Amino acid sequence: MMDLGPPLLSVQGMTKFYGRLVGCRDVGFDLWPGEVLCVVGESGSGKTTLLNCLNGGLEPTSGSIKYETRHEGTVEITTLSEAKRRFLSRTDWGIVYQNPRDGLRMRVSAGANIGERLMAVGARHYGNIRSEAATWLRNIEIDEDRIDDPPSTFSGGMQQRLQIARNLVTKPRLVFMDEPTGGLDVSVQARLLDLLRGLVTELDIAAIIVTHDLAVARLLGHRLMVMQGGRVVESGLTDQVLDDPHHPHTQLLVSAILTP
Amino acid sequence: MSREKMIEAADLAKTFRLHNQGGIELPVFNGIELRVQGGECVVLFGPSGSGKSTLLRSIYGNYKPTAGSIKIRHEGKWIDIVTAPPQAILRVRKTTMGYVSQFLRVIPRVPTLDVVSEPLRAIGVEAEEAKDKARDLLTRLNVPEHLWHVAPATFSGGEQQRVNIARGFIFDYPILLLDEPTASLDEENQEAVLGLIFEARDRGAALVGIFHDPGVRKAIGSRHFEMPYSEVA
Amino acid sequence: MGDGTQVRGYNFAYLDEGTKRSIRRIILKAIAIPGYQVPFGSREMPLPYGWGTGGIQVTASILGPDDVLKVIDQGADDTTNAVSIRRFFSRTANISTTERTTEATIIQTRHRVPETPLHEDQILVYQVPIPEPLRWLEPRETETRKMHALEEYGVMHVKLYEDIAHYGHIATAYNYPALVNRRHVMATSPIPKFDNPKIDRIPALQIFGAGREKRIYAIPPYTEVKSLDFEDHPFSIETWDQCCAMCGDTESYLDEVITDDEGTRMFVCSDTDHCRRRRDDGHAGPGEPGEDAPGDDNGGAGKGLPG
Repeated sequence: MMDLGPPLLSVQGMTKFYGRLVGCRDVGFDLWPGEVLCVVGESGSGKTTLLNCLNGGLEPTSGSIKYETRHEGTVEITTLSEAKRRFLSRTDWGIVYQNPRDGLRMRVSAGANIGERLMAVGARHYGNIRSEAATWLRNIEIDEDRIDDPPSTFSGGMQQRLQIARNLVTKPRLVFMDEPTGGLDVSVQARLLDLLRGLVTELDIAAIIVTHDLAVARLLGHRLMVMQGGRVVESGLTDQVLDDPHHPHTQLLVSAILTP
Repeated sequence: MSREKMIEAADLAKTFRLHNQGGIELPVFNGIELRVQGGECVVLFGPSGSGKSTLLRSIYGNYKPTAGSIKIRHEGKWIDIVTAPPQAILRVRKTTMGYVSQFLRVIPRVPTLDVVSEPLRAIGVEAEEAKDKARDLLTRLNVPEHLWHVAPATFSGGEQQRVNIARGFIFDYPILLLDEPTASLDEENQEAVLGLIFEARDRGAALVGIFHDPGVRKAIGSRHFEMPYSEVA
Repeated sequence: MGDGTQVRGYNFAYLDEGTKRSIRRIILKAIAIPGYQVPFGSREMPLPYGWGTGGIQVTASILGPDDVLKVIDQGADDTTNAVSIRRFFSRTANISTTERTTEATIIQTRHRVPETPLHEDQILVYQVPIPEPLRWLEPRETETRKMHALEEYGVMHVKLYEDIAHYGHIATAYNYPALVNRRHVMATSPIPKFDNPKIDRIPALQIFGAGREKRIYAIPPYTEVKSLDFEDHPFSIETWDQCCAMCGDTESYLDEVITDDEGTRMFVCSDTDHCRRRRDDGHAGPGEPGEDAPGDDNGGAGKGLPG
């Protein structure tokens, strides 16, 4: 078999209880550099809980998350000091929230929103930060003239694109996204998906994308994990899982899609 | 390319089980033995429902067989598509095995030229070089130039089909799976597609295809593979 | 010592000894970790929050019978707040007070750092309204503490970036953020950025007290205080194109004063002690507008401000 090298992220036995309620249970998978993993399932299936356990937003009840860092070898995320975890999450990771308001600073300009991570890792040249911000605005198809406007004056689709730029500006190796197209009009969704697909490929970013939209998964995901009741019920190559689903729940999800 | 064995399927079986329809089982085929070497074009032959498409999709890793193995020669090594991890299958698809169907899966907003050149871009070919090759293929397949910079979502069925064929032939895959690529094309375009298929065969690619048109079958097939009889079909 | 009229019924310097001791321990910790905001049990004082309760508690805790206290507000010794705080301590501690920077051992201040350089035997006590430099951006105290602990200071530059983006230069004119001892970002609240260079590596100890926010922080003597900036927009201080109308100084921080109902303006030193000392030394400015200039020691009095 071919050598895939070490995985970027290796998750084992990830379990989260909310009191007696199960958030997610015994989830395990490996993610390789540049790989996009989509997690699908109905509301309450545990996919967002899983995402938050992985990105440090929630403390898992048990389980292990090993991450291959750029310079310090493999680290165990669940026992990593908060300082190092936060440093990772603003340099090597990106987190894109469903609601852009959760991921943007709504009262500072678009340029500053993009520049913040650069400044956080030590960029101290205003001109360079600003031109990098302008480049990213072009990347996400927002008029450069809007660089000094706050995101509160942007449409939902623009805000979501800005949130993505803000995360990708430091060229992270792993991005977590929670329903990135949720709450957007279908036409706006298409534009965002196209953009995401291009950026993820171009920058060779690994991503874990939680979505309930199987079309999003098919378009973006190399691999797919289907969750139900907190557990992963089926996983594999995206088109294989969608075109030849084996688990009853996956078959139900796939058969429930309306094809226009 | 030498006439090496490229595909070796052994004791292959596929049964669909529909859990939400009372768990009924639909056996499609079993006991399939198929070997394909470089430079030959194997035409799958059998009545509708005999599992030709299912076999082709299984080889591509799109369907997961119930039993057996499908070994693919990828960069000099054998990989069993049935048991390979997704990452390995994706790599095989990137540089070893292409799939041409008549149905284009339209990606919103991506212009035709980018749709066609994408497989080359994905393996690191420069944008201009990739687009040059895409332009050649689109010209050969008679896709009008004014459509190249438009996303194919609004194209006619025939135009979408030819865009998809161009995409399938953009890279010289050592293995090509062809799922009725010539169906419903007019004679001129059918000739163009046949030309591409012959070129692929002559450069030593291993081809497996489904062709309904008896004339095309005859023109193309170095060998026919009869789908085994299944009780259900 | 003062004039022997300490009011009865109160401990020396108003606060009881236990309280003062606990505040001194807090101050020691603040000195040990320059720029770090140490929480303390701020007491109710006989004046409202916002009138300098933090500074007063610090002063009360470090005051000894032999200390000489100077209090300035907006650079002046004769404003209401300065006068009442000075009287508060001369009555509750019976200590000597002064308006002269050179004579004081403790200087409690709001808004300014004296123009006269301080020495090792002096302590500068600041009254601080908002000690948290990250507060503009992050309302949660738990989060700002974490940001300090982990040195997550990128957002401070976001603020400066916004200034340049909107005004073409860093428009923050007071409470200009600075990095203390290369570790903690500190609010210089509420001194003008003009004074930032005057708190960098100076011989005097500086203690900041925020009564309402219950925080004390400090800059030990000779500690580096670096104002945040960008490589292509370096930190700079205000300049005026005129001198002090009264003493002719071109180097000090000037206040604009409206002198009549017609809106006639003049610029005078904000540091009243500094201005008086220069005049005592024979310096003079161009005088009030309309007056004949009594003389000009630098030979080049500025014209009025444009507009």
